Amino acid sequence: MTAALPRADVAPVASAKRRRRAPGWLAVLPLLVFTAIAFGLPAFAILDGAFTVKDPATGAASYTTANLTGSLQGPYLTALLGSVKLSAVSAALGALFGLPLAQAVVGSRSRALREAVLTASGVLANFGGVPLAFAFVATLGNAGVLTAHLGLKDSGWDLYSFWGLVLVYLFFLIPLMVLTITPALDGLRSQWREAALNNGATGTQYWRHVALPVLAPSLLGGLVLLFGSAFAAYATAAAMVGSAVPLVTLQIADALSGNVLVGQENVALALSLDMVLVAGLVMAVYLPLQRRSARWLDA
Amino acid sequence: MARRLTPWRWAVLGLAALYFLIPLGASVVFTVDVPGQGVTFDAYTRILSTDGFVSSLLLSLELAVATIAAVLLLMVPATVALRLGAARLRPVVEVVCSLPLVVPPIAFVAGIVTVLKWGPEHLSRTPLFQTFVAIQNEDFPVVLVLAYVVMALPFVYRALDAGLRAIDVRTLVEAARSCGASWPQALVRAVLPNLRGALLNAAFLTLALVLGEFTVARLLGYRPFAVWIYNVGGSQAQMSVAVSVLSLLVTWALLLALAGAGGGRDRTASSRG
Repeated sequence: MTAALPRADVAPVASAKRRRRAPGWLAVLPLLVFTAIAFGLPAFAILDGAFTVKDPATGAASYTTANLTGSLQGPYLTALLGSVKLSAVSAALGALFGLPLAQAVVGSRSRALREAVLTASGVLANFGGVPLAFAFVATLGNAGVLTAHLGLKDSGWDLYSFWGLVLVYLFFLIPLMVLTITPALDGLRSQWREAALNNGATGTQYWRHVALPVLAPSLLGGLVLLFGSAFAAYATAAAMVGSAVPLVTLQIADALSGNVLVGQENVALALSLDMVLVAGLVMAVYLPLQRRSARWLDA
Repeated sequence: MARRLTPWRWAVLGLAALYFLIPLGASVVFTVDVPGQGVTFDAYTRILSTDGFVSSLLLSLELAVATIAAVLLLMVPATVALRLGAARLRPVVEVVCSLPLVVPPIAFVAGIVTVLKWGPEHLSRTPLFQTFVAIQNEDFPVVLVLAYVVMALPFVYRALDAGLRAIDVRTLVEAARSCGASWPQALVRAVLPNLRGALLNAAFLTLALVLGEFTVARLLGYRPFAVWIYNVGGSQAQMSVAVSVLSLLVTWALLLALAGAGGGRDRTASSRG
């Protein structure tokens, strides 16, 4: 315990330090190379194609902004605006319904309830896509169970519409909101409420002046995340409405499948670039907000 | 804070339960109560024998296994290295793993379609062309694995990062190293067992992503599980809904198994990730 230990202790640490730099770089390198190829090439293709027009006669390619201006006109603009409107409405409703649900779960003492709701949220937030669309078609579609039993058809109900899509999107947006906001609600200290009440505040005042300001970054972050999630959704809409509701994702898919004019592929890429810009904006708002709200959780 | 179940709380939970359970319940009713035939479980019994079910499900599972293996092989060494010595690379990795969030799947697949066209257009006389053909093999489309790995990066990064935050990697590795373990040994036998929950979490999220993925697969013209459900939906409504219900139940079972295997501490770490 006198002479041998220090040496045995120091030597590996020193050698570990010497080797550390090389393994560090080497371990990250495969990831960077992989993303450069699997993500970088398609990303470059979008950017390149969005600004390229190919002359049908000569096959010569030239750089232009015609695709981008084309993607912001006529039916494409309608689709883009339709997507933005649908995402904004469903995100707002998702946040509106998700917050009380999360609060009901966080506020209850029952651990089983909390676990059950969070686990269910984890499943349901991922339950987008084709199965979700079919479940709703079976419930509220033209031949759906509820449509038939409640006679909804006569009252003008139509699942394959804007509000039908909102109803379906909420099925994965509300759980997503619950998952996003629950850690922030957990971060609300009971001492803050007690302090506010001791100083004579009412419950409403506590919420308005203490809880909501603390929650604001998380709420806004959740809202933005929901917007992005709804904006990018394709499978649910494709399986449910076909093209009854104009959405940018459906337009891109149509243009890519080649059932429109030749040369529309590049308009599809321009539309993709539009989507990337919107999604980029969403992330530019979301990530700083998330970091800000994380401060309350780690404290 | 008043921590009890007030009537208000029950009302919120009740409404939520109604909204989330009715479509599932109605779907089950829809599959067993066929107009003109009465109650029948035909939709469920026919699934296995329906053309394409087994092959598409197998394809999806193979893709999932390959994606999980690839994404963990890429991400585990990278995230561990960030904790050990390459902390300066953290912003780079963080940005790289967040980039896929900025490109929606439909835009991503538009880019992939364009890249794949470069093969026949520009590279037909180079050896690279063979690579382009190979990754688009119908039996096992590697291009889908590449796409899914990219799409899984954000989730896997978050899951692993949350798991690593909960343990002291540096101490673990140095303890293992001073006991004479080599670098791979230290990683596999000291770090990975402590990351079990995070690894399972990452694997599950990737599995859910691949099994449900529709956009990329459909637009590239492959037929894994989700595309098969979609195709069947046109002609056999009852069965497509039956498969949808079953796929939700299977996902649920997987998540519960994960929660059981992960243990309490890991679960809280992962649910925050």
